[in-house]
Amino acid sequence: MTSTAAPPVPAPARPAPPVRRPRRNWRGWLFVAPFMLVFALTFIAPVVYAFVLSLFRDQAFFGGTVFVGADNYAQVLADPKFWESFQRVLVFLAVQVPIMLLLALVAALAIDSARLHAAGFFRIVIFLPYAVPAVVATLMWGFIYGDHFGLAADLNHLLGTDAVKPLSQNWLLTSIGNVVTWEFVGYNMLIFYSALKVIPTELFEAAAIDGAGTFRVIRSVKLPAIRGAIVIATIFSIIGSFQLFNEPNIMRNLVPNVIGTFYTPNMYAYNLSFAGQQYNYSATVAIVMGVITAIIAYVVQLRGSRKGM
Amino acid sequence: MAAVATKTLSVTRPRKSRTLTAVMALYLVYTLVPLAWLVINASKTQPALFSTSGLSFGGPFALFDNIAQTFTYNDGIFFRWLGNTLLYVVVGAGGATILATAAGYGLAKYRFPGRRAVFAIVLGAVAVPTTALAVPTFLMFSKLGLTNTPLSVIIPSLISPFGLYLIWVYAADAIPDELMEAARIDGAGELRIFFTVTLRQLAPGIVTVALFTMVQTWNNYFLPLIMLSEPKWYPLTVGLNQWSAQANGAGAQPIFNLVLTGSLLTIIPLVIAFLFMQRFWQSGLSAGSVKQ
Amino acid sequence: MSRHTVVKGHSMSRIRSRARAFAAVALAAALAVGCSSGGSTAGPAAVTGTQDSVDAALKAGGSITYWSWTPSAKDQVAAFEKQYPNVKVNYVNAGTNKDEYTKLQNAIKAGSGAPDVAQIEYYALPQFALTDSLVDLNQYGFGSFEKDYSASTWAQVKSANGVYGLPQDSGPMALFYNKEVFDKNAIAVPKTWEEYIAAAKKLHAADPTKYITSDTGDPGFALSMIWQAGGHPIGVDGRNVKVNFADAGTKKWTAMWDQLIQGKLLAPVKEWSDDWFRALGDGTISSLVTGAWMPGNFISSVPGGSGKWAVAPMPTYDGQKAVTAENGGSTQSVLKQSKNPALAAAFVRWLNHDGGVQPFIKSGGFPSTTADLTSPAFVDQAVPYFGGQKINQVLTQASKDVAPGWTYLPYQTYANSVFSDTAGKAYLNGTGLDAGLAAWQQAIVDYGNQQGFTVSAG
Repeated sequence: MTSTAAPPVPAPARPAPPVRRPRRNWRGWLFVAPFMLVFALTFIAPVVYAFVLSLFRDQAFFGGTVFVGADNYAQVLADPKFWESFQRVLVFLAVQVPIMLLLALVAALAIDSARLHAAGFFRIVIFLPYAVPAVVATLMWGFIYGDHFGLAADLNHLLGTDAVKPLSQNWLLTSIGNVVTWEFVGYNMLIFYSALKVIPTELFEAAAIDGAGTFRVIRSVKLPAIRGAIVIATIFSIIGSFQLFNEPNIMRNLVPNVIGTFYTPNMYAYNLSFAGQQYNYSATVAIVMGVITAIIAYVVQLRGSRKGM
Repeated sequence: MAAVATKTLSVTRPRKSRTLTAVMALYLVYTLVPLAWLVINASKTQPALFSTSGLSFGGPFALFDNIAQTFTYNDGIFFRWLGNTLLYVVVGAGGATILATAAGYGLAKYRFPGRRAVFAIVLGAVAVPTTALAVPTFLMFSKLGLTNTPLSVIIPSLISPFGLYLIWVYAADAIPDELMEAARIDGAGELRIFFTVTLRQLAPGIVTVALFTMVQTWNNYFLPLIMLSEPKWYPLTVGLNQWSAQANGAGAQPIFNLVLTGSLLTIIPLVIAFLFMQRFWQSGLSAGSVKQ
Repeated sequence: MSRHTVVKGHSMSRIRSRARAFAAVALAAALAVGCSSGGSTAGPAAVTGTQDSVDAALKAGGSITYWSWTPSAKDQVAAFEKQYPNVKVNYVNAGTNKDEYTKLQNAIKAGSGAPDVAQIEYYALPQFALTDSLVDLNQYGFGSFEKDYSASTWAQVKSANGVYGLPQDSGPMALFYNKEVFDKNAIAVPKTWEEYIAAAKKLHAADPTKYITSDTGDPGFALSMIWQAGGHPIGVDGRNVKVNFADAGTKKWTAMWDQLIQGKLLAPVKEWSDDWFRALGDGTISSLVTGAWMPGNFISSVPGGSGKWAVAPMPTYDGQKAVTAENGGSTQSVLKQSKNPALAAAFVRWLNHDGGVQPFIKSGGFPSTTADLTSPAFVDQAVPYFGGQKINQVLTQASKDVAPGWTYLPYQTYANSVFSDTAGKAYLNGTGLDAGLAAWQQAIVDYGNQQGFTVSAG
């Protein structure tokens, strides 16, 4: 990947090699150390602590702490609740992430195309939902989804049906997907847009001389140029999907029978800790999810940077 | 997409397309309807909220009254939450931006032992669900006596892996090695290079990271919820959710109108900040692209 | 008992010391559980101390922290500080019910950060008592207050092992109904559950937008209904817990309530949502079977229902003897983490025994103190919202008709948190409450056994 084709967001494992590198020495740590210090305190230490927790079993009411080795891991891997929640976020990921990223990509390309009236306005407004806290967004959509007094009720009234039930069992995952899409299209659009913005104009000029149409320019110039951005947006979206929590957890207040305590793996871990005081098992669930997420993110990243164009 | 494909492109000055604009406008409606709903309903009194349709104004126009009530309810606790949020954003997001800038730059421009490991560790740790790390973090912080203090919210906000990543890839291209070499030949130390040469070159990237970390800190919900027990330290998000939850059970005091108005007021500063910062951010971006 | 019996850590020395402490904890815990099993049948708790130290602490002054979400808390604290200027009470609303318990649990686990005094609902009390997190108020002689409280509330704070709080409010259940809707549809106030179901059918048939009531699956409500039906699904004896959601009383309720669920006669509106408050105001929900604390909520939050609602005794199965159950209600307890437990106890005494009771009643609360439950000023008060009805006559009578001998689980907050996962399906799919409660029972048995109880079904 050359530095001209990839800015500003190439694949993470391959930061552009500089022409002349200073000698390998410890000076870089001067800049990295402060970050790593705080990182160690807020990320690494809790992860290590969680790992330690996962090796023990503790009873909230009686008895003490027992070292159980890998027992908790064996239990998680055989836990139907865990797999049910995992399967749910997997479905969510397979459907919602592509839709969201596609919308974001189309929006970014449209805004970047210079063919849109009031492009700046579009860019700001589409980004706006990202500025809405998940708590507020979910409360808001929750009101709107109400099929008794909410907008959904108005819509049903208008259509003369009662088919629109965003909070019913069959619709709910879609409804949550809608909230997440609404919140994050703008964010991803901005990542794509900033990548598009820095494609060197010479590339377009070359394409124009070749007589390439808009669609071909997109396919053969723009998309390859922002591949790094697409990969990183995909990775962050996958991580986000696997960690789905705020939206279903707040919406649970409206439909507790539909959104159970193990609707997503993260909710499961949360409820194990905070409702059941099963801290050890909860930590195990968290670590298993973390490992799965890291593996998938790594695979996506590898594939993303290998697929030569 | 179809609209994009139908016409040929002239690189320098393409014609504006109405079809494309219309298609995008549809998406705009989807984006704006919930926000419009919020504005409309924040202008209703509590009784009108319970008796009028969602997408039309109804009852007395009470927006300003609601705003006044939001700020005065419970001795003006909302104002305090706003102040807390600002504190967390300035210190937390500000600190996160500084740390990410320095570290991203260090990773991009220096070769040092453990460089690859840093990336692997950062990405790996990001994959572990933060909500589940909340308990270990809480227990650690409480041993350090940090829980229920602003620090318990600020310290975890200081880390922005995405910001680190952004600066890293940005610095890799935006700072020519020649420039650094030239400064070194002039006898500048590494820190001096960072402050005099690097920061200016990285400005657009820094503004972008600042924007993202600011939004993240402003919207931070879960961690403060766990860490803080006293409303006097709450940020807006946790406070609003508590207002929403107080409609529950015996002694319920539903104030949905204030929840909605408070939500609206929570969004507005971010929107303004975004609009304001956009000027820098936009010029920064184009500057960045010119440099290629 | 040392602090680390409730603080969990993982260093080897900690583990060893925990093992040593195990026997002591287990014994104390067994005694603590024993307390909640007794209900009104347990012997009187021993009075082991006097109020002298409390009075002394009050005189010495100091500062304490108080967690509560009750609407009257702020006024009560202000009144208390006025009366005792050398005591500073730091009032904190740390969240409503389960949100507060989560924070309390976290603080207890962390070993610091808990308040001196906290509001705890009766159903959650055994859990905190069991984990040795609460101060036994007998050491200040509060056991002698027994006669000042209604039997049903005292039974919930007292155990064979101690007194873990003084009751604040109580929730003997009654039938709240929208008289306007009932009259319009020619529905008589139901005295039996059979009549109630008939009324539900008649109402919904006459006007499909109206429902007799709402219930989307609330564990507290379900347990209260089982309680009223004469069920005893939970038995606690030390570390031994028996759970049986198939006893005669439970079945009586499920058979009755299933008719409402499966007949789609319940308003599909989540309790305490904005929709719900609307539905109470516009007649969509035309009755509620709930605790005596409800009138305050009507007055403050359902302005549209003013003049329409009325109160009647809770329907029964045989229409003969009045019988009801407690729903909700809470106590104020002193936390073991308190650095000044005597002062904290003094505040609790003032709050729920002395000066704090009147501000509480004024805010719409329903008291537990017999003096107020029998005072003509309270009982014979005509309430304009309820068309001038003297509703407290009905409600104070209900507090005398509470069926005795109820027990909550020693880990009820956990059980309630998984109610929606299990029994909730019965509400969602109409698959029958018996099956739903059986699933809940299984979850309760599994969890209890994991946590060191010996839980048996049936």
